Amino acid sequence: MLEIKNLHAKVEGEDIEILKGVNLKVNAGEIHAIMGPNGSGKSTLSKVVSGHPEYEVTEGEILFNGEDITELDADERAHLGLFLAFQYPVEVPGITNKTLLREAYNTIARANDREELDPIEFEDYITEKLDVIEMKDEFLSRSINTGFSGGEKKKNEIFQMAVLNPVLSFLDETDSGLDIDALKVVSDGVNKIANDKNAIVMITHYQRLLNYIKPDYVHVMMAGKLIKSGGFELAEELEANGYDALEKELVLNGEAQ
Amino acid sequence: MSEELSDGVKELESMIGEEYKYGFTTDVEYEDFPKGISEEIVRELSRVKEEPEWMTEFRVKAYHAWKEMEEPTWFNATYNKPDFENLLYYSAPKKKPQLDSLDDVDPNIRETYEKLGIPLEEQKMLSGVAVDAVFDSVSIFTSFKEKLAEAGVIFCSMSEAIKEHPELVKKYLASVVPVRDNFYSALNSAVFSDGSFCYIPKNTKCPMELSTYFRINNMNSGQFERTLIVAEEGASVSYLEGCTAPMYDENQLHAAVVELVALDNADIKYSTIQNWYSGDENGKGGIYNFVTKRGICKGKNSHISWTQLETGSAVTLKYPSVILKGDNSVGEFYSVAVTTKKQQADTGTKMIHLGKNTKSTIISKGISAGQSNNSYRGEVKISKNATGSKNYSVCDSMLIGQECGAHTFPYISSENPTSSVEHEATTSRVGEEQIFYLMQRGISEQDAISMIINGFVKDVLKELPLEFAVEANKLLDVKLEGSVG
Repeated sequence: MLEIKNLHAKVEGEDIEILKGVNLKVNAGEIHAIMGPNGSGKSTLSKVVSGHPEYEVTEGEILFNGEDITELDADERAHLGLFLAFQYPVEVPGITNKTLLREAYNTIARANDREELDPIEFEDYITEKLDVIEMKDEFLSRSINTGFSGGEKKKNEIFQMAVLNPVLSFLDETDSGLDIDALKVVSDGVNKIANDKNAIVMITHYQRLLNYIKPDYVHVMMAGKLIKSGGFELAEELEANGYDALEKELVLNGEAQ
Repeated sequence: MSEELSDGVKELESMIGEEYKYGFTTDVEYEDFPKGISEEIVRELSRVKEEPEWMTEFRVKAYHAWKEMEEPTWFNATYNKPDFENLLYYSAPKKKPQLDSLDDVDPNIRETYEKLGIPLEEQKMLSGVAVDAVFDSVSIFTSFKEKLAEAGVIFCSMSEAIKEHPELVKKYLASVVPVRDNFYSALNSAVFSDGSFCYIPKNTKCPMELSTYFRINNMNSGQFERTLIVAEEGASVSYLEGCTAPMYDENQLHAAVVELVALDNADIKYSTIQNWYSGDENGKGGIYNFVTKRGICKGKNSHISWTQLETGSAVTLKYPSVILKGDNSVGEFYSVAVTTKKQQADTGTKMIHLGKNTKSTIISKGISAGQSNNSYRGEVKISKNATGSKNYSVCDSMLIGQECGAHTFPYISSENPTSSVEHEATTSRVGEEQIFYLMQRGISEQDAISMIINGFVKDVLKELPLEFAVEANKLLDVKLEGSVG
């Protein structure tokens, strides 16, 4: 589904590369976790894949279902079924969650020659999805993320994911800033959305989230590269020994730069 | 800022700087006065308009008062002062100024209003909206007059009101904005040429929306219109003005005075959609919009509400205000001011609380783009006797790009401890993150920007009368329309 090949990227107008040759393959039905210390390039990877204009790809390519999407705009990538749950969801005052989602849902439907939903049909559809994150109706008529608590913002990301039903979702530190109850709700939501046709890539600092959403693959990112991949046991190993120990081990083996 | 981002902002700016669609001129024969101002010109103006003696004297007195006054400079805008000796103070299309039948209106002028989207034929108009069309110095036509008269409502040009309803005009003219209130109100009092007059009798709800469309066509003419709206006890009315002008390299002066009087339990809602020509990207040309607007809630439980969507003019100095004299009266000010290119706007309101338990609300939204400068200036004054009074003010500014400016100048004074004044202000930038967030959800860049701006101004636009909300949205869209994607 997703194939990232030797991806290099930097901030537009600056010289320093943040991604230094990322390779990643994600298939339908898989859940991946990317872990790594602060500043390793995890969040940048999710932004570059979803088409943030601040970044420039200098080398490599991103293939999505065989199509090269490296040069596509963010909205075009969204039309193909790519979704990013933001680490810091953005406030847009005066526009309700419902208005945004109906506009987004129908725009994506149009782009894929699927039928659009009229306001009444959409109301039914969206109300059903509220269960995914255990929120009440009033959540729909509030302005996008405006005045939301940190937990509500993160829940709203997962809610939007449920409504837009993407093929591939990047969750950028969705667990950060959540208390244990909210973390449960959010994780349950993600588990309800996951199926054998879609795929999820979680970006996280801690193993905590992975106890609730079990990944099939765990990757460690350091200095702009995925330096080690494995199963769930790799996350446990990191939690026990820390990133430093892994870095040392790799240096000893001559695998790190 | 990254290159692509600055491209995005440039695109946005060019969208906002969409070409002015109302910039055409109409070819009509004019009856002009010689340029410049003097007592003779003022007297001649009054004579041509066949005004009664008291009106002539009112004007002459105002002229002499103005001669002694200094042009103000305290606002946050710089511009070349108008050359008062080089202005036309009266410029009327040669045909008979006020007409009873549309057939008598110069076809060119009729066509002008058609082009502006304001057909003058009653059957073509928005149902429920009466229109007074002011072209340069004179009112061309007022529709639905008879229907309004059945309800006892007087809606006519100011020239006609002076002749037909002198007792009302004498009683209320300059009662809210005194001649000497400021430099431009004095000038207007001397040379105002026309405008609208509305009178709503006791316990009458005006059966339709009233509106005036102001059009400046002649290159060298100043437009000095005078509007007076009086709502008697228990009366209510909703009034809207719209403004457009052709594109000229020279600046044109628009110095209007609007007065509103609300007696006991009366309700006046005054809305403005101002889209005067704003000048080109180098700041050449455009209208100087120097307007004094003030209402008085004279009676108890009365209510005055100003709503404005200000998108045009090279320089705007305008502070629609409310004097809350009657106990329990309510004043409101809702404003969206959009500046682009090199436009300068210094606008806001004054809420003067005199009566007990008076309330005022101010919601101001400024959007600045290009190299424009957008200032909010607001005064809230609660006097000693205005016990239990309340004000709530919000003024938010949104910046688009790096070269524009937004400023807030609140002046607050409260002379009694039982009253409360609340002021909130925010400044934000239409950010890359907001646009990216919406685009990530599948929405195009242009729709994302339009969503962000619409969300920002929503609290104000919802105050416009329903019939005009569509027009206001269209105007914002025109300003935002562009070639993205």
